[in-house]
Amino acid sequence: MAAVVEETVVPETEVPVATDVTFRIRRFLPDVDEDAHWEDYTVALFPTDRVLTALEKIKGELDGTLSFRRSCGHGICGSDAMRINGRNRLACKTLVKDLDIKKPITVEPIKGLPVEKDMIVDMEPFFAAYRQVLPFLIPEGHEPTRERLQSAEDRARFDDTTKCILCAACTTSCPVYWTDGQYFGPAAMVAAHRFIFDSRDSGFEQRLEVLNDKEGVWRCRTTFNCTDACPRGIQVTKAIQEVKRALIFRRV
Amino acid sequence: MATTTPVGTLYRGGEGMWTWVLHRITGVGVFFFLFVHVLDTALVRVSPEAYDIVIATYKTPIVALLEVGLVGAVLFHALNGLRVIAVDFWSKGPRFQRQMTWGIAAVWLVVMIPGAYYMLMHSIEALFGSTP
Repeated sequence: MAAVVEETVVPETEVPVATDVTFRIRRFLPDVDEDAHWEDYTVALFPTDRVLTALEKIKGELDGTLSFRRSCGHGICGSDAMRINGRNRLACKTLVKDLDIKKPITVEPIKGLPVEKDMIVDMEPFFAAYRQVLPFLIPEGHEPTRERLQSAEDRARFDDTTKCILCAACTTSCPVYWTDGQYFGPAAMVAAHRFIFDSRDSGFEQRLEVLNDKEGVWRCRTTFNCTDACPRGIQVTKAIQEVKRALIFRRV
Repeated sequence: MATTTPVGTLYRGGEGMWTWVLHRITGVGVFFFLFVHVLDTALVRVSPEAYDIVIATYKTPIVALLEVGLVGAVLFHALNGLRVIAVDFWSKGPRFQRQMTWGIAAVWLVVMIPGAYYMLMHSIEALFGSTP
């Protein structure tokens, strides 16, 4: 009898326990605040909880004025990019167990874009740069009567840059972008790379004019912040470097 | 809608960002050295005596320390410059940028530790008496 009871007992260490985690959040309410300031909130979380869960708990239980963008909650929509412990991350892809909870976890809006409210920034400059690189297929000649075929090798050429979700984590991690808002930024370069290296596309000359601009690809100082920040694991700096070399050698 | 200017809090970048910051600092530092160096060399055209007086101050221990700093700055700037070139022109450069960063750090230390010793030997002797 006793042996049976012992078998069913789950060792204490394996039971997940909710622990109090403190979040230090950069708040800015345009109607009340003159300037942004830090505020601390403590919520009970499981190690497997996401930072997004914490923000929703804070908003639901502690302070309803906390504002942030979120949509899918699964790292696909790209709405909830923010600066967590000083680095750009998606709140929905950052788990509590991967953070040091002995200290407060800092949460700030992404850097380099105007803050409208709490985590919400004006994304328009970001999308304006994106549009400038012509992020769509520019085909040549007459429209074919069948699909535009492409070999697996040609498809693999730009596979990495198709993963972009336009969350702006890369662009707002770039030191050049912070100081020079005219720079197109990594995300626009990724979008350009996606089409420049597509064998079905022939818009290279049109994009070249934009990318060869002084605010274009040459502003990249290869700090690799973008590559580290990308929640999709895109090798952003490598993509920019490939665009640079394509411009130098006029060869895709 | 009211907006606030981007908050000036620190971004916790990786090795790539900090080598970039150091590259800028050492670049500006070396520029100022060259500026001063052109001035002190030009002094010989003003008067050889004034030139000698200025050059004599360069033998003081503080300037010796500054010289070590200068060598360190030039060495870092040169090594990191090669790394940045590799990142841009070597197709595998971006993948190995972190390893290259630690590589240049290692080369820098290997050169600077004996380098600083020999550069400062004269000042140490002058300050604390002759070494065996």
